[in-house]
Amino acid sequence: MKPVFRNLDDGPQVLIRFDGQEISLPEGANLAAALLAAGISRFRGTMVSGASRGPFCMMGACYDCLVELDGVTRQACQMRVEAGMDLRSGGADV
Amino acid sequence: MYDLLIIGAGPAGMAAASTAAQHGLTVAVLDEQPAPGGQIYRGITETGPRRAVILGTDYLEGAALAEGLAASRADVIQGAAVWDICTGIPFTVTYSCNGAPAHLNARALILATGALERPVPIPGWTLPGVMTAGAGQILLKASGVLPENAVLAGSGPLLYLLAVQMARAGMPPLALVETQSRADLLRALPKLPRALRGWRTLLKGMGLLAELRRHGIRRYQGAKDLAVEGRDQAEALSFSVGGTRHRIVAGTILLHQGVVPNTQITRALRLDHLWHAGQRAFLPQTDDWGETSQPFLFVAGDGAGISGAKAAASAGRLVVLQAAHRLGRIDSLLLEEESTTDFRALSAERSVRPFLEAAYPVPASILKPADTTIVCRCEEVTAGQIRGWARAGAMGPNQLKAFGRPGMGPCQGRYCGLTTTELLAEVHGTTPATVGLARLRAPLKPVTLGELAALHPKDD
Repeated sequence: MKPVFRNLDDGPQVLIRFDGQEISLPEGANLAAALLAAGISRFRGTMVSGASRGPFCMMGACYDCLVELDGVTRQACQMRVEAGMDLRSGGADV
Repeated sequence: MYDLLIIGAGPAGMAAASTAAQHGLTVAVLDEQPAPGGQIYRGITETGPRRAVILGTDYLEGAALAEGLAASRADVIQGAAVWDICTGIPFTVTYSCNGAPAHLNARALILATGALERPVPIPGWTLPGVMTAGAGQILLKASGVLPENAVLAGSGPLLYLLAVQMARAGMPPLALVETQSRADLLRALPKLPRALRGWRTLLKGMGLLAELRRHGIRRYQGAKDLAVEGRDQAEALSFSVGGTRHRIVAGTILLHQGVVPNTQITRALRLDHLWHAGQRAFLPQTDDWGETSQPFLFVAGDGAGISGAKAAASAGRLVVLQAAHRLGRIDSLLLEEESTTDFRALSAERSVRPFLEAAYPVPASILKPADTTIVCRCEEVTAGQIRGWARAGAMGPNQLKAFGRPGMGPCQGRYCGLTTTELLAEVHGTTPATVGLARLRAPLKPVTLGELAALHPKDD
């Protein structure tokens, strides 16, 4: 079953890219939360086995929601949505 | 140079900062999140009226603390990840804000870094769609986002609160799958008389249970052998109750087995720690005021032992009074006068904990998971590997790292350390207290080489 997250709030949307796919997200929202609400559950593959991972702790402690922005690997749960972000799945995609 | 530096802007940190400012101390607060509140009051400064109704009155109590912080003259730096601390007088704290590193100096340091969810290593707990119950709450508080097809699983009052909040938002969970049993409750009953000092907390718990029933949320108790099924994504939670296997199809599984003190900083600083058998966790050793084995270094709130948000705010005020006294800013008469109420409140809040710890115990199968279950999420190390390396001669968590890197990924053992210690204790027939936790070193959070280089003057 795919996870379905619903956003209780409405706000102005901006376009970003995630692995080349164009997605509309609420501007200034927490990036991990916004990606989940947009139907993205797999944020990255692990370095060890390539296993799929998504947000786990949402507080900057678990490092499972890693994404890549401008060549730097960062925690999606510690970022805000900005127009034109070009994100890639974090970690090594095996 | 500040008189006082506070790390963390949860209930303890916010209360500490406003108290310090009231007593004329110069204060800086470093907090990792974009706004104050910590995790318990996450998003408190941005909550609209609709979310306030969903989250409830306990949550809204955080607003007064946040207003106190805003009204104080404390320098509050949000989005600051602390990654190094040098002890001594002064303390030097190094942090990064948006990838830019900086230092701050202070005469006294207060750690108010709160709690982490206890790891819940069950089969499939690394799959996308599996999150902590705390993460579910953070999604709601900070972003107004909730899962529609979720199961809440594990044990502890937070599950009731989250289930009720989800129901109020019109998205009740599919079910609550709880690991504690009636036998656990019976075993906890002798601790109830002492817990009555914290009757308000108990009353709130009963209110939540009544609201759960009103919403018709299905509860399973005494659940065993929890497992998340799915290949690339959580698809279902399966479990047994009284010999019958159940399976609930769900896209989101929110796990919880209580919270444990976040000891990353106190351990990196090699302060003295104690094993708390009731909380099954390590706590930094402090005196009644919260001062650690390092003079002028204090811990306040859940980071010093789990007692909840109200206790944390009291502890935050108390550490500041003592710090102000130790810095020669207030005399012992004022110290005693100003601290009486908070000591009394702290003691009442703490009286409930032994009952809760006994009523919602962590099952042995989660403390010491089956061999095929992943323990270290970052390095994908299983319980079987850890047991094997322990039998092969790894005596402690530091030595274990050389065998297969458990605890050496980016989370630095935050979600595997306690499990690894329990497994080592099991194999060697000793206690977690004897095994201890792995040694930590700076950087306390991963930093880029660019951040390290930026700390040095360019014209060197």
